[in-house]
Amino acid sequence: MNRKKLLGTPYYIWSAMFIIIPLCMVFYYGLTDKNGAFTLENITAMALAEHAKALWLALGLSLISTLICLLLAYPLALILTGLKVNQHSFIVLIFILPMWMNFLLRTLAWQTILEKTGVLNSLLSFLHLPALNIINTPYAIIVGMVYNFLPFMVLPIYNSLAKIDQNLVHAARDLGADGMQVFLKITLPLTLPGIISGITMVFIPALTTFVISKLLGGSKVLLIGNVVEEEFTQAGNWHLGSGLSIVLMLFIIVNMVVSTIFDKDGEGSVL
Amino acid sequence: MKRNKTKSMIPSILFMLCVVFSLGLTGCGSSSGDEKWEVVVYNWGEYLDPDTLDLFEEETGIHVIYDEFDTNEAMFPKVEAGAASYDVICPSDYMIQKMIDHDLLAEIDFENIPNIKNIGQQYLEQSREFDPENKYSVPYCFGTVGILYNKSMVEGPVDSWSILWDETYADNILMQDSVRDAFMTALKLNGCSMNTLDEGELEAAKNSLIDQKPLVQAYVIDQVRDKMIGGEAAIGVIYSGEAIYTQRENPDLEYVIPKEGTNVWIDSWVIPKNAPNKENAEAFINFMCREDIALKNFEYITYSTPNIAAQELIEDEEIKNSDIAFPDLTQYDNLETFHYLGAEGDELYNNLWKEVKSQ
Repeated sequence: MNRKKLLGTPYYIWSAMFIIIPLCMVFYYGLTDKNGAFTLENITAMALAEHAKALWLALGLSLISTLICLLLAYPLALILTGLKVNQHSFIVLIFILPMWMNFLLRTLAWQTILEKTGVLNSLLSFLHLPALNIINTPYAIIVGMVYNFLPFMVLPIYNSLAKIDQNLVHAARDLGADGMQVFLKITLPLTLPGIISGITMVFIPALTTFVISKLLGGSKVLLIGNVVEEEFTQAGNWHLGSGLSIVLMLFIIVNMVVSTIFDKDGEGSVL
Repeated sequence: MKRNKTKSMIPSILFMLCVVFSLGLTGCGSSSGDEKWEVVVYNWGEYLDPDTLDLFEEETGIHVIYDEFDTNEAMFPKVEAGAASYDVICPSDYMIQKMIDHDLLAEIDFENIPNIKNIGQQYLEQSREFDPENKYSVPYCFGTVGILYNKSMVEGPVDSWSILWDETYADNILMQDSVRDAFMTALKLNGCSMNTLDEGELEAAKNSLIDQKPLVQAYVIDQVRDKMIGGEAAIGVIYSGEAIYTQRENPDLEYVIPKEGTNVWIDSWVIPKNAPNKENAEAFINFMCREDIALKNFEYITYSTPNIAAQELIEDEEIKNSDIAFPDLTQYDNLETFHYLGAEGDELYNNLWKEVKSQ
């Protein structure tokens, strides 16, 4: 027993240094002002017009992206599970392969694709089709979010689909359920943990992203992630930045509570 | 003033890690043995010719540890917190003033920098705006901020900031994504000082920027360069040092200093108070002021050098007499240099900028 605990030491040190201490610092900065006195001002600052607007926009865009990811990922995961073993590992590999590339590079590539004089528009004009001007708009940000976070939705859903005992499906069939009924009464409820886990893993990074909105939104669309980032790097107001982060953490906690309720056995987790 | 496009969050993340480490591991001081033969340089991204660092190491035997930042604002907290001790830093004018104000800079011993003689008197004179006694800084680069436009996309000569508000060029305008530079264009357009703290003037400038926002294609920093070269936009706000490079790549591009005036900036070498190797830092600054080294750097980065001796050595007559690299600034009477506006001034600007961005 003692030896096992000893093996955990690196993890404890790791989480203390990179999770607990930074988190305490965020709370310390968030709840104090420049002179170190206690204040709630940094928290309530979220209600200011420009912050609230950035928060709603971020919530809206990340909800839409999460929904699109779900709609794309579920059928894909269904197709994957239907394939033979060597085929589906190949497709999973194809899916994971882009993730080996740097996230920033992939997002910059989308910039090159969507730009006014970019790849997509050159192609469209070659085909005598009207140009598509979505770069530097919220649409481009949604494209970037969906592209970057889709694997995080596919993998947990695929995992929970793969775990379904096929005997259950056969039994349902034997008892006269048609395809739709099997899906709604067996498959969907059993993959709920995967869906919830996927939603968490897409929604949270989408809500807090600042890189995607900066690169694909041309810094014209201010999301709450951008506000926090600028408070730290440009405005140098760590107190406000931390205060706003604490409010964001609330959303993340709510999301996590929901996912633990649905995913008691940690079934949907991939990482 | 050059801003590197590398991910702007990296310095801050690194900084957080440094803080965490220093909290977690107090007591483990950084006492490396060979401190004597090191110099830690903190400079803008892509802001000198890497060959000059090798030459410096060869000639002096001092090992250079080189680190980069992409905005003055990102550099400041790192130095202020003392989390990392640098020997030489290259901030801009108003930031040097802020650092002096926060008592972060050491007086430079000019006995060790004989090559200061190469630096033009007018630039030292201009430095007095932020370093009144020329005690803390040695000019490295200078320039203006102006409008870069594509002659094939824009009608007629451009001479005013007002073109950035011209609806003909909607979705073809690139603005600087930094508070002071963005406000500078609006303040100058409205005929105000770019160092104003007058709330009415700032409110008006904010409204101008909000009016302008629908016309702006994107707020970017270094990408102005690439987007203008690629013909992605017709008009961009850019530092003069980038103009020569962009013209080389795309001859259609033209750089102008608007008639309403603009920002004349200087980036200078300074030595922070906590520098562990001050003498090496002075040797480094002296080396950077040597005419052949200054010339090498100028040719590499194309940012104007205040090194008169190096200016003389430039072989390309076109560059040597270029209005962009070495403009005759006496013809303008409304040029200014940014001043540090105090913590409250900074906050005022930042809040107004956030209002613009969240529109």
